Amino acid sequence: MIYLTLIYEFFKIGLFAIGGGLATLPFLTDLADKYPWLTSEMLSEMVAVSEATPGPLGVNMATYAGYMAGIGEFGNGTLGQVLAITTALTATTALVAPSFIVILIVSRMLDKYRSSVLVESAFSGLRPAVAGLIAAAAWSVIKVTLFDFAAWQGFASLLDVVHLPELLLFAVLLIVTNIKRLKKLHPLYIIGSSAAIGICMGYMLNW
Amino acid sequence: MESINRAEGKVPLWKLFTAFMRIGAFTFGGGYAMLPMLETECVEKTGWITKEELLDYFAIGQCTPGVIAVNTATFVGKKKRGVLGAFVATAGVVFPSFVIICLIAALLQNFAEIKPVQYALRGIRVAVGVLIINTVVKLIREKLKDWLGYVLCALAFALVAFLDVSPVFVVIGAALVGVVRFLIAGRKGGNGV
Repeated sequence: MIYLTLIYEFFKIGLFAIGGGLATLPFLTDLADKYPWLTSEMLSEMVAVSEATPGPLGVNMATYAGYMAGIGEFGNGTLGQVLAITTALTATTALVAPSFIVILIVSRMLDKYRSSVLVESAFSGLRPAVAGLIAAAAWSVIKVTLFDFAAWQGFASLLDVVHLPELLLFAVLLIVTNIKRLKKLHPLYIIGSSAAIGICMGYMLNW
Repeated sequence: MESINRAEGKVPLWKLFTAFMRIGAFTFGGGYAMLPMLETECVEKTGWITKEELLDYFAIGQCTPGVIAVNTATFVGKKKRGVLGAFVATAGVVFPSFVIICLIAALLQNFAEIKPVQYALRGIRVAVGVLIINTVVKLIREKLKDWLGYVLCALAFALVAFLDVSPVFVVIGAALVGVVRFLIAGRKGGNGV
Protein backbone atom coordinates (compact mmCIF):
# COMPACT_ATOMS: atom_id res chain seq x y z
CA MET A 1 0.00 0.00 0.00
CA ILE A 2 1.67 3.17 -1.25
CA TYR A 3 0.20 5.42 1.46
CA LEU A 4 1.60 3.33 4.29
CA THR A 5 5.00 3.13 2.59
CA LEU A 6 5.08 6.91 2.22
CA ILE A 7 4.04 7.49 5.82
CA TYR A 8 6.68 5.08 7.08
CA GLU A 9 9.51 6.40 4.90
CA PHE A 10 8.85 10.11 5.25
CA PHE A 11 8.15 9.98 8.97
CA LYS A 12 11.56 8.36 9.27
CA ILE A 13 13.16 11.10 7.17
CA GLY A 14 11.44 13.80 9.20
CA LEU A 15 12.66 12.21 12.40
CA PHE A 16 16.29 11.67 11.45
CA ALA A 17 17.15 14.50 9.05
CA ILE A 18 18.48 17.03 11.53
CA GLY A 19 19.47 20.53 10.49
CA GLY A 20 17.52 21.50 7.43
CA GLY A 21 16.47 20.56 3.94
CA LEU A 22 19.59 19.19 2.33
CA ALA A 23 19.98 16.76 5.22
CA THR A 24 17.06 14.87 3.66
CA LEU A 25 19.02 14.17 0.48
CA PRO A 26 20.93 11.05 1.59
CA PHE A 27 17.64 9.56 2.80
CA LEU A 28 16.00 10.27 -0.53
CA THR A 29 18.89 8.65 -2.38
CA ASP A 30 18.19 5.63 -0.25
CA LEU A 31 14.52 5.71 -1.30
CA ALA A 32 15.53 5.86 -4.96
CA ASP A 33 17.48 2.65 -4.51
CA LYS A 34 14.59 0.95 -2.82
CA TYR A 35 11.49 1.90 -4.84
CA PRO A 36 10.71 1.93 -8.54
CA TRP A 37 8.72 5.19 -8.38
CA LEU A 38 11.80 7.24 -7.56
CA THR A 39 14.87 7.31 -9.83
CA SER A 40 18.14 9.15 -9.38
CA GLU A 41 17.32 11.31 -12.44
CA MET A 42 14.10 12.37 -10.75
CA LEU A 43 16.11 13.14 -7.65
CA SER A 44 18.43 15.60 -9.35
CA GLU A 45 15.45 17.20 -11.10
CA MET A 46 13.79 17.39 -7.68
CA VAL A 47 16.70 19.19 -6.06
CA ALA A 48 16.78 21.69 -8.93
CA VAL A 49 13.03 22.31 -8.71
CA SER A 50 13.13 22.57 -4.92
CA GLU A 51 15.82 25.18 -5.11
CA ALA A 52 14.03 27.08 -7.85
CA THR A 53 10.75 27.30 -5.94
CA PRO A 54 9.92 29.01 -2.67
CA GLY A 55 9.49 27.13 0.56
CA PRO A 56 11.54 24.86 2.79
CA LEU A 57 13.70 22.50 0.74
CA GLY A 58 12.71 19.39 2.71
CA VAL A 59 9.02 20.09 2.25
CA ASN A 60 9.43 20.71 -1.47
CA MET A 61 11.28 17.45 -1.94
CA ALA A 62 8.77 15.42 0.08
CA THR A 63 5.88 16.86 -1.92
CA TYR A 64 7.63 16.13 -5.19
CA ALA A 65 8.59 12.58 -4.23
CA GLY A 66 5.08 11.93 -2.89
CA TYR A 67 3.57 13.16 -6.12
CA MET A 68 5.86 11.00 -8.22
CA ALA A 69 5.06 7.98 -6.07
CA GLY A 70 1.38 8.60 -6.81
CA ILE A 71 2.00 8.80 -10.56
CA GLY A 72 4.08 5.64 -10.34
CA GLU A 73 1.30 3.82 -8.51
CA PHE A 74 -1.83 5.12 -10.24
CA GLY A 75 -0.57 6.07 -13.69
CA ASN A 76 -0.33 9.39 -15.51
CA GLY A 77 -4.05 9.77 -16.34
CA THR A 78 -6.47 12.25 -14.78
CA LEU A 79 -7.27 9.89 -11.91
CA GLY A 80 -3.56 9.32 -11.34
CA GLN A 81 -2.94 13.07 -11.22
CA VAL A 82 -5.69 13.58 -8.66
CA LEU A 83 -4.61 10.67 -6.50
CA ALA A 84 -1.00 11.89 -6.76
CA ILE A 85 -2.07 15.00 -4.84
CA THR A 86 -3.20 12.78 -1.99
CA THR A 87 0.07 10.84 -1.96
CA ALA A 88 1.99 14.16 -2.05
CA LEU A 89 -0.05 15.34 0.93
CA THR A 90 0.64 12.05 2.72
CA ALA A 91 4.41 12.33 2.23
CA THR A 92 4.51 16.00 3.26
CA THR A 93 2.40 15.43 6.37
CA ALA A 94 4.52 12.44 7.37
CA LEU A 95 7.70 14.51 6.93
CA VAL A 96 6.42 17.36 9.09
CA ALA A 97 4.77 15.25 11.80
CA PRO A 98 7.89 14.25 13.81
CA SER A 99 9.26 17.77 14.11
CA PHE A 100 5.78 19.08 14.92
CA ILE A 101 5.49 16.64 17.81
CA VAL A 102 9.05 17.20 19.04
CA ILE A 103 8.67 20.99 18.95
CA LEU A 104 5.40 20.84 20.87
CA ILE A 105 7.16 18.85 23.59
CA VAL A 106 10.23 21.12 23.61
CA SER A 107 8.00 24.18 23.67
CA ARG A 108 6.16 22.87 26.73
CA MET A 109 9.48 22.15 28.47
CA LEU A 110 10.73 25.60 27.54
CA ASP A 111 7.69 27.25 29.14
CA LYS A 112 8.36 25.26 32.27
CA TYR A 113 12.09 25.91 32.60
CA ARG A 114 12.31 29.34 31.02
CA SER A 115 12.84 30.96 34.41
CA SER A 116 15.62 28.54 35.33
CA VAL A 117 18.96 30.37 35.42
CA LEU A 118 20.74 27.38 33.99
CA VAL A 119 18.53 27.29 30.89
CA GLU A 120 18.74 31.05 30.52
CA SER A 121 22.54 30.95 30.72
CA ALA A 122 22.67 28.18 28.12
CA PHE A 123 20.64 30.42 25.81
CA SER A 124 22.91 33.36 26.56
CA GLY A 125 25.73 31.35 25.01
CA LEU A 126 23.52 30.11 22.17
CA ARG A 127 22.29 33.44 20.83
CA PRO A 128 25.66 34.85 19.73
CA ALA A 129 26.53 31.48 18.21
CA VAL A 130 23.28 31.47 16.22
CA ALA A 131 24.17 34.92 14.91
CA GLY A 132 27.44 33.36 13.75
CA LEU A 133 25.60 30.45 12.14
CA ILE A 134 23.37 32.86 10.24
CA ALA A 135 26.44 34.79 9.10
CA ALA A 136 27.85 31.49 7.82
CA ALA A 137 24.61 30.90 5.90
CA ALA A 138 24.92 34.37 4.37
CA TRP A 139 28.48 33.56 3.37
CA SER A 140 27.50 30.30 1.71
CA VAL A 141 24.85 32.10 -0.38
CA ILE A 142 27.22 34.92 -1.33
CA LYS A 143 30.07 32.56 -2.12
CA VAL A 144 28.15 30.76 -4.85
CA THR A 145 26.25 33.79 -6.12
CA LEU A 146 28.95 36.40 -6.51
CA PHE A 147 32.02 34.29 -7.08
CA ASP A 148 33.16 31.25 -8.97
CA PHE A 149 36.32 30.29 -7.15
CA ALA A 150 36.81 27.21 -9.30
CA ALA A 151 37.58 29.48 -12.27
CA TRP A 152 40.63 30.97 -10.56
CA GLN A 153 43.77 30.63 -12.68
CA GLY A 154 45.82 33.61 -11.59
CA PHE A 155 44.93 37.29 -11.74
CA ALA A 156 44.16 37.27 -15.46
CA SER A 157 41.09 35.15 -14.71
CA LEU A 158 39.72 37.61 -12.14
CA LEU A 159 36.74 38.51 -14.32
CA ASP A 160 35.76 34.85 -14.58
CA VAL A 161 35.91 34.47 -10.82
CA VAL A 162 33.81 37.50 -9.96
CA HIS A 163 30.27 37.63 -11.32
CA LEU A 164 30.14 41.32 -12.13
CA PRO A 165 26.41 41.80 -12.81
CA GLU A 166 25.55 40.00 -9.57
CA LEU A 167 28.14 41.99 -7.67
CA LEU A 168 26.64 45.21 -9.00
CA LEU A 169 23.11 44.16 -8.03
CA PHE A 170 24.45 43.11 -4.64
CA ALA A 171 26.01 46.52 -4.00
CA VAL A 172 22.90 48.38 -5.16
CA LEU A 173 20.61 46.25 -2.99
CA LEU A 174 22.87 46.59 0.01
CA ILE A 175 22.72 50.36 -0.28
CA VAL A 176 19.00 50.56 -1.06
CA THR A 177 17.96 48.30 1.82
CA ASN A 178 19.99 50.41 4.25
CA ILE A 179 18.43 53.74 3.30
CA LYS A 180 16.58 54.81 6.41
CA ARG A 181 13.17 55.23 4.81
CA LEU A 182 13.38 51.89 3.05
CA LYS A 183 14.64 49.88 6.01
CA LYS A 184 11.15 48.78 6.99
CA LEU A 185 10.33 47.66 3.46
CA HIS A 186 8.93 44.13 3.46
CA PRO A 187 11.56 41.63 2.19
CA LEU A 188 9.09 40.26 -0.36
CA TYR A 189 9.35 43.49 -2.40
CA ILE A 190 13.13 43.17 -2.47
CA ILE A 191 12.87 39.53 -3.55
CA GLY A 192 10.21 40.29 -6.16
CA SER A 193 12.08 43.18 -7.73
CA SER A 194 15.35 41.25 -7.76
CA ALA A 195 13.62 38.45 -9.63
CA ALA A 196 12.44 40.99 -12.22
CA ILE A 197 15.90 42.57 -12.45
CA GLY A 198 17.40 39.09 -12.81
CA ILE A 199 15.15 38.32 -15.77
CA CYS A 200 15.94 41.65 -17.46
CA MET A 201 19.68 41.29 -16.90
CA GLY A 202 19.56 37.69 -18.03
CA TYR A 203 18.10 38.58 -21.43
CA MET A 204 20.23 41.70 -21.85
CA LEU A 205 23.50 40.01 -20.98
CA ASN A 206 22.62 36.60 -22.38
CA TRP A 207 23.76 34.82 -19.23
CA MET B 1 8.83 48.20 24.09
CA GLU B 2 6.24 49.35 21.64
CA SER B 3 5.67 45.92 20.25
CA ILE B 4 4.13 44.70 23.49
CA ASN B 5 0.95 46.71 23.01
CA ARG B 6 0.39 45.26 19.60
CA ALA B 7 0.86 41.75 20.91
CA GLU B 8 -1.93 41.97 23.42
CA GLY B 9 -5.11 39.97 22.92
CA LYS B 10 -5.59 36.77 21.00
CA VAL B 11 -3.97 36.48 17.61
CA PRO B 12 -6.61 35.34 15.10
CA LEU B 13 -5.80 31.95 13.57
CA TRP B 14 -6.21 33.23 10.01
CA LYS B 15 -3.56 35.87 10.71
CA LEU B 16 -1.14 33.17 11.82
CA PHE B 17 -1.95 31.21 8.68
CA THR B 18 -1.52 34.10 6.24
CA ALA B 19 1.64 35.41 7.91
CA PHE B 20 3.30 32.00 7.64
CA MET B 21 1.92 31.52 4.16
CA ARG B 22 3.73 34.70 3.09
CA ILE B 23 6.89 33.41 4.76
CA GLY B 24 6.61 30.07 2.97
CA ALA B 25 5.87 31.70 -0.37
CA PHE B 26 8.84 34.06 -0.35
CA THR B 27 11.58 31.93 1.14
CA PHE B 28 14.06 30.69 -1.40
CA GLY B 29 16.83 28.36 -0.36
CA GLY B 30 16.00 26.86 2.99
CA GLY B 31 15.87 27.75 6.67
CA TYR B 32 18.17 30.72 7.14
CA ALA B 33 16.84 32.50 4.08
CA MET B 34 13.53 32.83 5.88
CA LEU B 35 15.00 34.71 8.82
CA PRO B 36 14.48 38.19 7.33
CA MET B 37 10.86 37.27 6.49
CA LEU B 38 10.29 35.81 9.96
CA GLU B 39 11.71 38.91 11.56
CA THR B 40 9.45 41.18 9.55
CA GLU B 41 6.29 39.11 10.05
CA CYS B 42 6.66 37.88 13.64
CA VAL B 43 8.83 40.49 15.36
CA GLU B 44 8.58 43.85 13.64
CA LYS B 45 5.09 43.90 12.17
CA THR B 46 3.19 42.09 14.89
CA GLY B 47 5.36 41.74 17.98
CA TRP B 48 4.27 38.11 18.34
CA ILE B 49 7.71 37.12 19.59
CA THR B 50 10.91 38.94 20.58
CA LYS B 51 14.15 38.80 18.66
CA GLU B 52 15.68 36.72 21.45
CA GLU B 53 12.90 34.16 21.15
CA LEU B 54 13.44 33.99 17.39
CA LEU B 55 17.13 33.21 17.94
CA ASP B 56 16.26 30.63 20.58
CA TYR B 57 13.84 28.91 18.19
CA PHE B 58 16.51 28.84 15.51
CA ALA B 59 19.03 27.36 17.93
CA ILE B 60 16.59 24.65 18.96
CA GLY B 61 15.61 24.09 15.34
CA GLN B 62 19.27 23.31 14.58
CA CYS B 63 19.37 20.35 16.91
CA THR B 64 15.85 18.97 16.66
CA PRO B 65 14.68 16.85 13.75
CA GLY B 66 12.91 18.36 10.81
CA VAL B 67 12.95 21.42 8.63
CA ILE B 68 13.91 24.60 10.49
CA ALA B 69 11.20 26.67 8.83
CA VAL B 70 8.57 24.24 10.03
CA ASN B 71 10.04 24.08 13.54
CA THR B 72 9.93 27.85 13.89
CA ALA B 73 6.36 28.01 12.61
CA THR B 74 5.31 25.38 15.15
CA PHE B 75 7.01 27.31 17.96
CA VAL B 76 5.44 30.65 17.12
CA GLY B 77 2.00 29.14 16.57
CA LYS B 78 2.19 27.23 19.85
CA LYS B 79 3.20 30.34 21.72
CA LYS B 80 0.39 32.46 20.35
CA ARG B 81 -2.52 30.00 20.16
CA GLY B 82 -1.52 26.64 21.64
CA VAL B 83 -1.54 23.35 19.74
CA LEU B 84 -4.17 24.54 17.27
CA GLY B 85 -2.10 27.64 16.54
CA ALA B 86 0.97 25.45 16.03
CA PHE B 87 -0.95 23.37 13.52
CA VAL B 88 -2.30 26.39 11.65
CA ALA B 89 1.09 28.14 11.44
CA THR B 90 2.79 24.95 10.26
CA ALA B 91 0.10 24.34 7.65
CA GLY B 92 0.54 27.96 6.52
CA VAL B 93 4.28 27.69 5.96
CA VAL B 94 3.92 24.39 4.07
CA PHE B 95 0.91 25.38 1.96
CA PRO B 96 2.58 27.49 -0.79
CA SER B 97 5.33 24.92 -1.45
CA PHE B 98 2.79 22.13 -1.58
CA VAL B 99 0.61 23.87 -4.16
CA ILE B 100 3.53 25.08 -6.27
CA ILE B 101 5.33 21.73 -6.31
CA CYS B 102 2.16 19.80 -7.19
CA LEU B 103 1.51 22.20 -10.08
CA ILE B 104 5.06 21.89 -11.35
CA ALA B 105 5.11 18.11 -11.01
CA ALA B 106 1.83 17.85 -12.89
CA LEU B 107 2.30 20.44 -15.61
CA LEU B 108 5.86 21.54 -16.10
CA GLN B 109 8.55 19.09 -16.93
CA ASN B 110 12.06 20.54 -16.72
CA PHE B 111 10.83 23.56 -14.75
CA ALA B 112 14.31 24.30 -13.44
CA GLU B 113 15.70 24.50 -16.97
CA ILE B 114 13.35 27.27 -18.12
CA LYS B 115 15.47 30.34 -18.93
CA PRO B 116 13.43 33.09 -17.20
CA VAL B 117 13.21 30.90 -14.10
CA GLN B 118 16.98 30.59 -14.00
CA TYR B 119 17.43 34.32 -14.56
CA ALA B 120 14.94 35.26 -11.87
CA LEU B 121 16.66 32.88 -9.49
CA ARG B 122 20.03 34.50 -10.02
CA GLY B 123 18.51 37.83 -9.03
CA ILE B 124 16.68 36.29 -6.07
CA ARG B 125 19.83 34.66 -4.71
CA VAL B 126 21.57 38.03 -4.59
CA ALA B 127 18.59 39.52 -2.76
CA VAL B 128 18.56 36.65 -0.27
CA GLY B 129 22.25 37.20 0.44
CA VAL B 130 21.71 40.91 1.06
CA LEU B 131 18.68 40.33 3.27
CA ILE B 132 20.51 37.79 5.44
CA ILE B 133 23.52 40.11 5.77
CA ASN B 134 21.28 42.97 6.91
CA THR B 135 19.65 40.70 9.48
CA VAL B 136 22.99 39.48 10.81
CA VAL B 137 24.44 42.98 11.07
CA LYS B 138 21.36 44.16 12.96
CA LEU B 139 21.55 41.13 15.27
CA ILE B 140 25.23 41.65 16.03
CA ARG B 141 24.73 45.35 16.69
CA GLU B 142 21.74 44.94 18.96
CA LYS B 143 22.24 41.62 20.69
CA LEU B 144 25.94 41.07 21.30
CA LYS B 145 26.89 42.71 24.53
CA ASP B 146 30.24 41.41 25.74
CA TRP B 147 33.53 40.09 24.42
CA LEU B 148 32.44 36.48 24.92
CA GLY B 149 29.46 37.11 22.65
CA TYR B 150 31.70 38.40 19.87
CA VAL B 151 34.08 35.47 20.29
CA LEU B 152 31.25 32.91 20.19
CA CYS B 153 29.76 34.57 17.13
CA ALA B 154 33.07 34.70 15.24
CA LEU B 155 33.95 31.17 16.24
CA ALA B 156 30.57 29.77 15.16
CA PHE B 157 30.91 31.57 11.83
CA ALA B 158 34.43 30.31 11.17
CA LEU B 159 33.70 26.72 12.21
CA VAL B 160 30.65 26.38 9.96
CA ALA B 161 31.70 28.58 7.02
CA PHE B 162 35.30 27.41 6.62
CA LEU B 163 35.68 24.11 8.45
CA ASP B 164 32.29 22.56 7.63
CA VAL B 165 31.55 21.68 11.24
CA SER B 166 27.94 20.59 11.77
CA PRO B 167 25.82 23.38 13.31
CA VAL B 168 24.51 20.80 15.80
CA PHE B 169 27.90 20.67 17.53
CA VAL B 170 28.26 24.45 17.44
CA VAL B 171 24.89 24.87 19.14
CA ILE B 172 25.66 22.28 21.83
CA GLY B 173 29.11 23.76 22.43
CA ALA B 174 27.82 27.32 22.72
CA ALA B 175 25.13 26.27 25.19
CA LEU B 176 27.82 24.59 27.31
CA VAL B 177 29.95 27.76 27.22
CA GLY B 178 26.94 29.74 28.46
CA VAL B 179 26.40 27.33 31.34
CA VAL B 180 30.09 27.22 32.27
CA ARG B 181 30.25 31.01 32.32
CA PHE B 182 27.27 31.09 34.65
CA LEU B 183 28.85 28.54 36.97
CA ILE B 184 32.16 30.41 37.08
CA ALA B 185 30.45 33.76 37.68
CA GLY B 186 28.41 32.16 40.45
CA ARG B 187 31.52 30.80 42.17
CA LYS B 188 33.31 34.15 41.92
CA GLY B 189 30.76 36.72 42.97
CA GLY B 190 27.69 34.87 44.09
CA ASN B 191 25.31 36.63 41.69
CA GLY B 192 25.59 34.84 38.42
CA VAL B 193 22.26 36.11 37.13
